Amino acid sequence: MKISFTLNGKATAVEAPQDMPLLWVLREKLEMTGTKFGCGIAACGACTVHINGVATRTCVMPVAAIEGAEIKTIEGVAPAPGELSAVQSAWLEHQAPQCGYCQSGMIMAAEALLDQNPDPSDEDIDNAITNICRCGTYERVRTAIHAAARARREA
Amino acid sequence: MSNHTKPSSNVAKIARRTFLVSTGVVGGGVALGLTLSPNRLKMHRDDAASGDEVILNTWVKLTPDNQLTVIIPHSEMGQGVGTGLAQMLAEEMEADWDTVAIQQAPADDNYINSDLGRGYIVGEGAQIPGFVYPMLDFAFLQISKGLVGQITGGSTAIRLTGYYGMRRAGAAAREMLMRAAAEEWGVSANSLRAENSRLYHDASDRSAPFGAFAAAAARFAPNLKPTLKAPKDYKIVGAPKRRLDLPEKVTGEAQFGMDVIVPGMKYAAIAQAPVFGARAINIEDPGNAAQKIVNLGDAVIVASDSYWEASNALRQLDIRWEGGDATLTSDALRAMHNAHLGETRHEEIMDKSGNAATLLQAADAISVEYAVPYLAHATMEPMNCTASVRDGKCDVWVGHQNPIEARDDAASALGLKKSDVTVHNTYLGGGFGRRGRTDNVVQAVRAAAEIGAPVKLIWSREQDMTNDFYRPAVVSRMSGLVEDGKISAISHAYVYSDAGMPDSERPFAFQYDVPNKRIARHPYPSPIPVGAWRSVDFTQMGFFNESFIDELAHTAGADPLEFRHAHKSDPRHRAVLERLADEANWGRPETPGASQGVAIVDSFASIVGQVAEITIEDGNRVRIHRITSVVDCGQVINPNAAEAQIHSSVIFALSAVFFGEITLQNGEVIQQNFPDYEMIRLRNAPEQPVRFIKSDLPPGGLGEPGTPPVAPALTNAIFAATGTRIRELPLTRAGFRSI
Repeated sequence: MKISFTLNGKATAVEAPQDMPLLWVLREKLEMTGTKFGCGIAACGACTVHINGVATRTCVMPVAAIEGAEIKTIEGVAPAPGELSAVQSAWLEHQAPQCGYCQSGMIMAAEALLDQNPDPSDEDIDNAITNICRCGTYERVRTAIHAAARARREA
Repeated sequence: MSNHTKPSSNVAKIARRTFLVSTGVVGGGVALGLTLSPNRLKMHRDDAASGDEVILNTWVKLTPDNQLTVIIPHSEMGQGVGTGLAQMLAEEMEADWDTVAIQQAPADDNYINSDLGRGYIVGEGAQIPGFVYPMLDFAFLQISKGLVGQITGGSTAIRLTGYYGMRRAGAAAREMLMRAAAEEWGVSANSLRAENSRLYHDASDRSAPFGAFAAAAARFAPNLKPTLKAPKDYKIVGAPKRRLDLPEKVTGEAQFGMDVIVPGMKYAAIAQAPVFGARAINIEDPGNAAQKIVNLGDAVIVASDSYWEASNALRQLDIRWEGGDATLTSDALRAMHNAHLGETRHEEIMDKSGNAATLLQAADAISVEYAVPYLAHATMEPMNCTASVRDGKCDVWVGHQNPIEARDDAASALGLKKSDVTVHNTYLGGGFGRRGRTDNVVQAVRAAAEIGAPVKLIWSREQDMTNDFYRPAVVSRMSGLVEDGKISAISHAYVYSDAGMPDSERPFAFQYDVPNKRIARHPYPSPIPVGAWRSVDFTQMGFFNESFIDELAHTAGADPLEFRHAHKSDPRHRAVLERLADEANWGRPETPGASQGVAIVDSFASIVGQVAEITIEDGNRVRIHRITSVVDCGQVINPNAAEAQIHSSVIFALSAVFFGEITLQNGEVIQQNFPDYEMIRLRNAPEQPVRFIKSDLPPGGLGEPGTPPVAPALTNAIFAATGTRIRELPLTRAGFRSI
């Protein structure tokens, strides 16, 4: 079936089986590979994108369910080409990624958290960021989220 | 090695002497490898340079506009290897760090690790005679296969490639540029100095960028013994330079194997034999013309226009598997291990003074058993590989820890020459030892050949979890006797499956001064595949040894940290413990009512001591407030990346301690995905202060040494808090869980 939605601000239409998860539509039909496959059961968060502003794990989200929705992926986070979002900048400032594979999902989860909560406590971060990172970047991720929150508040 | 009745220390001594002498004689032969032969320019792959770039030696390219590219022969799997190696090269070259870029080396014989060995042991250009292999094995502290591969493993990139290779390549390149400038300016090379990618002749007030001499410099043969800088003069090495691979890892642009797109490719899903060793003898296909089915024998692959469709089609197949041992269970395996521990047939790997057995018959000797389970790697990026086979040539896109072996195995599976296979190595979404294996590569190339189109093979998480080369389960019996506050005898017997770690690494060593030691290994080939898992045998042995010394300390009524210190004569070990006591506030936990546990393990030429500070909530929930690490890894190349490696090792180990256990039922692995093979997440990740001992000694490994002390530091803290001694992992076996 044909599904239409807004992807990173652009009207987009794809032809895909209606139960095909959004993850695979993004990666294979639209060839946007920044969003990662990790577990296929919404347990790890590597596939996190924003659907209407809500951080959502897309490996179990049928594409039919996003008809008309606003989708934002890691490729659409930066304010302009060649620039970085406050979260991305903090990620670099604090050298958070290691292998980097889970970091798109981690960044999307952090962006959504800060959109809703401009000054999260450690506990807020614990509750919101449940993504798995096998490289164990958690301590720097936490530091980077606090730093990004500060930068966004001061911007 | 088949005979372990004698200690290997003699071999070790000879090897070390040989290697020191050789270093003095051939020096930079190590660094420049094949580039040192007279026709060196022909030995570069033409595609390593483009446009007006000039290759100065195997590992460095310079452009006329003064941009420097360091070619990295190791794979990037999270450790920041490219940045560290480039720092070492740029330091010796006196390069401007802002002009430095890195590039992944092609999977090419020019970059295989044995070039290091060749220069090292027998001089540049010579072949390695077979008898030297065991020595190389020691000298390189790595899996012997690394000698004929281009391997990233064994925590070797910085301490071997970097220390012996990159530094000399940088220094030799600088000298070549100086010779070129001296010729052009008509002055002596000695009167020149290099700084920030420029050459200066102060007497005549002339200066020019490196790039102005790139082409002229390439005419000179690299010096075998370039002058190296003293550590006190380092400006780039030791600085927390930002990793060069991270910008594209925050934008989603970094390309992992999973992200490769080849025009016209099919997406493939795979079902591997659920029972190890079984074969697919019949496939009932409901019939769907859009799919292609490939029976590889031990696996069935379905290819389609998307992974989703391929997965669904695969699920609809009725595959009949036959063979393998469908009765195998973890309990049965454990019983076999236990029985084997009692058998007399074993390898005596260390028997110092031979008096241990007698002493340990004393009434007050203690003897306890430990056990650790099989563990999966569970890299964030599930295994995958993309392959194209056409006109007798094969291209492979994969993130691999040993791309040369991937190439060779692909060639062998297809009956092609190695030179007809090109491996395009991508970023690795985690490796931890798993991505040194080539099962996924062979599957992908066979499927691509059979289907007649490029294929991207993707393993589901369930396939990844149930078809690993697992960290071996080990059972262990440790006995010891404390007399007058000192350990007089230790005996360790364990049942063990070989995961590929050479004995020269001595993971089994009880790293304390004890007059009578006996270590007996009972080999027991694993019925399921096993392999290297971050820090390999040190994970199991570190847990046994560091738990047992804690038990002995408590037996002796001694402080566990002081007791360790009293049994160490190595000044580096002692210094780590002293610093650790200070940094971790040993005996005075920062959190009121908290308990502490300590452990220290020397592995991959680095010493890591850790203190876990915990409280127990609701009787069985473990809250880790912090894990403090003190590390002596010799020179620290990049403090920021070094700290990240310790953070990473600690979290990796904690996931295993709390949750990690692969079990078998009916010959099949039970655990499928993260809910039943859970991981530490942000909310239960402890604070992690990491301190490095300041040192000018050669760098040790850092990708793995942070892992082994974690489990015992934590279980020793749990003992301090509760009086419960954890002798089996994971913690759930003793009823403890994470907060």
